[in-house]
Amino acid sequence: MLLRVENLHKRYGKEEVLRGVSFSLEKGETKVIIGPSGTGKSTLLRCINRLTEPDRGRVFLEDVEITSPRVNINKIRAQIGFVFQDFNLFTHLTALDNVRLGLIRVKGLSKREATQRALQELARVGLADKAKAYPAELSGGQQQRVSIARALAMDPKLILFDEPTSALDPELIGEVLSVMVELAKSGMTMLVVTHEMGFARSVADEIIFMEKGVIVEQGPPEQLFKRPQHPRTAEFLRRITELYGGEG
Amino acid sequence: MALEHWLKVWASLPVLLQGLSVNLALLGGLLSLGFVLGIVFAVLEVYGPRPLRFFASLYSWLFRSIPEILLLLLVWLGPSRFGKPITGFTAAVIALGLRSSAYQAQIFRGALQAVPAGQMLAARALGLSKLQAVRHVLLPQAFRLSLAGWGNEFAVVLKDTTLAYAVGVVEVMFHARSLGAREMPLTLPAYITVALLFLGLTYAGLSLLGVVEKKLRIPGLEARR
Repeated sequence: MLLRVENLHKRYGKEEVLRGVSFSLEKGETKVIIGPSGTGKSTLLRCINRLTEPDRGRVFLEDVEITSPRVNINKIRAQIGFVFQDFNLFTHLTALDNVRLGLIRVKGLSKREATQRALQELARVGLADKAKAYPAELSGGQQQRVSIARALAMDPKLILFDEPTSALDPELIGEVLSVMVELAKSGMTMLVVTHEMGFARSVADEIIFMEKGVIVEQGPPEQLFKRPQHPRTAEFLRRITELYGGEG
Repeated sequence: MALEHWLKVWASLPVLLQGLSVNLALLGGLLSLGFVLGIVFAVLEVYGPRPLRFFASLYSWLFRSIPEILLLLLVWLGPSRFGKPITGFTAAVIALGLRSSAYQAQIFRGALQAVPAGQMLAARALGLSKLQAVRHVLLPQAFRLSLAGWGNEFAVVLKDTTLAYAVGVVEVMFHARSLGAREMPLTLPAYITVALLFLGLTYAGLSLLGVVEKKLRIPGLEARR
């Protein structure tokens, strides 16, 4: 088992955002988390690599307990890629330097090795020719692909995607999704929060439906889309299909 | 202000310029001290643990509260009271440098806080430590944001170097005053000449900063002029 999440709780003031979430992820699996906004999906992702500290519960990456206070969290984070909704590319660095930064400063690669590796990953997301461009010179879709390359370069065991296409214009969503589909096919372990039902249906090994801080239902896409066990799941899927269209 | 007085002052221009070089040395010293301490205190105030955060804001408050001339005299006279006298020049660099560091800390603090929170998040998500994130991601962006405010501070402290005459530093104002002391009618022409010199220096300094700003501009990001 690559990732195990046990009974995560998180509270912001009076509001309990996560109310006991547990699930696991095998190596090479892609799981998609869906659910209405404000149900703690993003908080869940951030609690996994402790960008947000969970109040209670445990997270394991392979056999290492991430939530243990004794763990070197920087070492753990270097093994878990994170792709943000609004990209968060370093604005003062070129695409190449964005991808190189972690390789040089965290992994300790030489500049030459890091450059080689970074160019390789930029090529993988189809942006080898944009290596010298700054984020502000790129389209949203290109920026998100650079941020995926930045995550990939670290050779992570797992990548967390936090609504990676939600900030994009509709015509740019496709290029990001196709990179993600390729990734999933190549055997990368991925945990994806998204509203892209087409992606969820075609790529996910399992879909997790979350609402109000708990997992309501989880299962293979076929089961969830065709025979949801819970009325809330059915209701959510009906609404999201109206909004985004069946195949997203 | 007859022409002959002006000519006499201008004949002394080499002496005035020599004095001005002392002001520039002071400026270099105090700006460097202020820059280094300013960054340290800005980072502490934004990212430090709570007690250090408090200490940093206390520091800024303290050195922005004491009148400069008083601070200068305290730093100058204080050590000799304990049998360790320092030169007026050293006192001026320390006093004006500490004062400037408090202002520079606030300039950098504002700039650090203006960098979107996502930048820190993305850096930490990569596995960078907080300090690495500040150094490689936050500060390079904050510097660019602080250039305008920093230019202001530069223009202010450049002129403040003339306060050093109060602790016996032989700088440009000292020479201007002695010209006037030697021959009363030279006073005004000498002062006006010094004013013109500072006008030129401020212009040169701010132009240089403008060049730096242009050079550091991030393609596509900042509004073009």
